[in-house]
Amino acid sequence: MGIVSPGFTGRRRSAEELPPGQYLTHDFPVLSAGPTPQVRTEHWEFTVTTESGEKHKWDWASLLAMPSEEITKDIHCVTRWSKLQTEWQGVSLDALLADVETSADFALVSSYGGYTTNLPLDDLLDGQAWIAYEYDGEPIDPEHGGPARLLVPHLYFWKSAKWVRGLVLSDSEDLGFWETAGYHEYGDPWKEQRYAGD
Amino acid sequence: MERTAVRRRLSWQVATVVDVRRETATARTIVLDVPDWPGHLAGQHVDVRLTAPDGYRASRSYSIASAWTSTTIELTVESVPDGEVSPYLVDVLKPGDPLELRGPVGGWFVWKPEQEGPVQLIGGGSGVVPLRAMLQAHTSSTTPVRLLYSVRRPTSVIYVDDLKELAAADDVHISLVYTREAPAGETRVGRIDADVIDRLTFTPADEPTTYVCGPTPFVETVADLLVAAGHDPARIRTERFGPTGG
Repeated sequence: MGIVSPGFTGRRRSAEELPPGQYLTHDFPVLSAGPTPQVRTEHWEFTVTTESGEKHKWDWASLLAMPSEEITKDIHCVTRWSKLQTEWQGVSLDALLADVETSADFALVSSYGGYTTNLPLDDLLDGQAWIAYEYDGEPIDPEHGGPARLLVPHLYFWKSAKWVRGLVLSDSEDLGFWETAGYHEYGDPWKEQRYAGD
Repeated sequence: MERTAVRRRLSWQVATVVDVRRETATARTIVLDVPDWPGHLAGQHVDVRLTAPDGYRASRSYSIASAWTSTTIELTVESVPDGEVSPYLVDVLKPGDPLELRGPVGGWFVWKPEQEGPVQLIGGGSGVVPLRAMLQAHTSSTTPVRLLYSVRRPTSVIYVDDLKELAAADDVHISLVYTREAPAGETRVGRIDADVIDRLTFTPADEPTTYVCGPTPFVETVADLLVAAGHDPARIRTERFGPTGG
């Protein structure tokens, strides 16, 4: 369909390579569905539950004891802002899942505060996803998901669950919080998969 | 958490502007005729897409300002300084113009008339927009509802007449808080704090569902105050407007 908006010229803001429909921001906006949970690191725990019900747990000290990586990635929010070259420190899901026996295809991520999001397990592996605990050289602020958040920068940023507390691995795909509320089940920003059916 | 499963393809539709209304120096309400609008829940939003003559496009999301009653929907847009889309919607678009949109979107920051329990609405600035849709939807319900609305100064109030009418007709308790300049007779100037929450909103014992919408720092502050006051975080729903956009 093609209509022209009378009197609209627009501003072609930058030559930078952004996914379709995104604009560049230098701030770090916040999108959350409820109050910011205050999660203390002494109570923090991250649990992976496999399809057979087996649980693997890490507390804060054991997370910090794992080999960490510096990650520099562009991030893309479904509300249309993109932020380039953001810098994080965290542990890759490859490392966390190295000793987890699973043949599951999907993961449902859960957070302190009740948030959930779903993604294929393959999208968490091969250097594509981390549990991040530092942003820009500092501990992650609670409003940005601290003490630890999932970082999956190749998908829209709602997949990068703040206040992450666990993964449940499964053979079937259960939809998460925004995915149930009309957002796309996968969320590839380069294919502009914002809403269900896009 | 409550689930609203609406999974259908959202396609772009061409709406027609039937009216525009200036709300403040920087905000305007746009009344749109949408031929195949499926209806919406109070609190949902739409994506709006503008197209330049050379095919360049820009899209943004805007909350729907009205409850679903007929074939028109209203959007209230605040012009963001240096924005790309909002200045067009506030200052250029005129009655008769086409406007592409798709929606409704969002199944969380919504209020349905069949929901039980008191409803507490708390808005900062243009964060009042989806709350106004909830107030309109509420006219068919008898659950108690309160609005706490934080504005900079009397001239920043969006929906001045509307809110008065709703307060009178629907027995809605509306409180305004002024952060920079208060009208004559109102002594308090300042942001929402624990005392304001205590005096002007439902108590935790009332078990309200609370909807907070506004700029990020506003929402963070208010949501933290509510949790500190003893409200269940699971009954506080937030919608944040980022510092950039437009």
